[in-house]
Amino acid sequence: MSGHAFSAIQAAWWFWPLALFVVCFFLGIVAVPAGVGGGVLFVPIVAGFFPFHLDFVRGAGLLVALSGALAAGPRLFADGLANLRLALPPALIASVSSIAGAMVGLALPAAALQIALGLTILAILAIMASVRNTEYPEVTQSDPLAVALGLHGIYRDVHTGREHAWQAHRTPLGLALFVGIGIVAGMFGLGAGWANVPALNLVMGVPLKVAAGTSAFVISPAAALVYLNQGALLPIVAAPSIAGMMLGSLIGARLLHVVSATVVRRLVLALMLFAGVRTLAKGLGIWP
Amino acid sequence: MAVNRDDGLLAAQERYARWLAWGTRSGVVLLVLAFILYVTGAVVPYVPIERLPELWHLPAAEYLHRTGIDPGWHGWARLVAHGDMMVLAAIALLIACSIFCLAGVVPLFWRRRERLLALVCLLQIAVLVLAASGLLAR
Repeated sequence: MSGHAFSAIQAAWWFWPLALFVVCFFLGIVAVPAGVGGGVLFVPIVAGFFPFHLDFVRGAGLLVALSGALAAGPRLFADGLANLRLALPPALIASVSSIAGAMVGLALPAAALQIALGLTILAILAIMASVRNTEYPEVTQSDPLAVALGLHGIYRDVHTGREHAWQAHRTPLGLALFVGIGIVAGMFGLGAGWANVPALNLVMGVPLKVAAGTSAFVISPAAALVYLNQGALLPIVAAPSIAGMMLGSLIGARLLHVVSATVVRRLVLALMLFAGVRTLAKGLGIWP
Repeated sequence: MAVNRDDGLLAAQERYARWLAWGTRSGVVLLVLAFILYVTGAVVPYVPIERLPELWHLPAAEYLHRTGIDPGWHGWARLVAHGDMMVLAAIALLIACSIFCLAGVVPLFWRRRERLLALVCLLQIAVLVLAASGLLAR
């Protein structure tokens, strides 16, 4: 195809939504085996390589993260991998702070936000590459807030058949972390699985699989509602993104037991590094 | 499969999951239908689809200004007969389905005297309704 013809296709309204659907489909496929939410991949890649304003990308990013959680939610409860009682307090805190994050994000100039997004993605990458979660953290004593909220349970490992009684600790510190997690999620339109799981597992002492399953319910729709009411949800951007990511996630879930999670995770981290550098360079005007 | 012997929690989770599954499926079906009606032109959009490439690189506030859409839910809801606003309505429904799920588990927690958790659910509903109300829109 000649350069002129390609430019003409790019100028047509249908090119970018179609490209968005295809990209989101592939992101959905790799996100599930890599154990990351779609939003953390979606926002830097689409912000870096698509012509949409960052406001619309962040709005769609929140929906992408939310749709994954909504789709997986019922199954997670049915399998006993999510705990509603554990999800509710962090979700409330993250809701309030994500609204604040969304409002700040929508008020900031795009270039400053693009730079901050690039730096945040690189910081998330460093966290994801360095944090080593613990399958069954040792908690000797629960704290009064965890007792009052009933943050305990019994988890049976399907592979070993063993039952593990668990209880949360350091609840005030854990909940305080969700203030920051909510702000970042709301400001940049990212999902928060990368932070929810370490906060629940490493700080509050929740078994890894329960933390990972419950994490989906800590993603709050509150910030997405702010974006909707501020005009930052564009149907032509949001709908293909949600559809592509949901379809891709279905394939990704089937590939879960076929492909090497380590290989896919490395691929995703490399993708995030590239997208983070690209977003930062775009914000700095080095790579427009 | 994991086991949790907390019967009260299981009942709440079971209701939450059932309502969530129903809400998500309905929301996704409506979203796909609305999007098909929108892109095929079967329902005329408020913002002509061919005009979008000159608008989608603008900040959201500028987009609203140029298209004459008011911020807040009433801005898009009053135009819901148009294809693009139908898609937004389907998205709003998808986002809001967790409000109904939370409302469904409040009585279960309340009856079991788990008043603190019931209060957390009610506060979460209040926060979501506030965000949906558009009162926070500029």
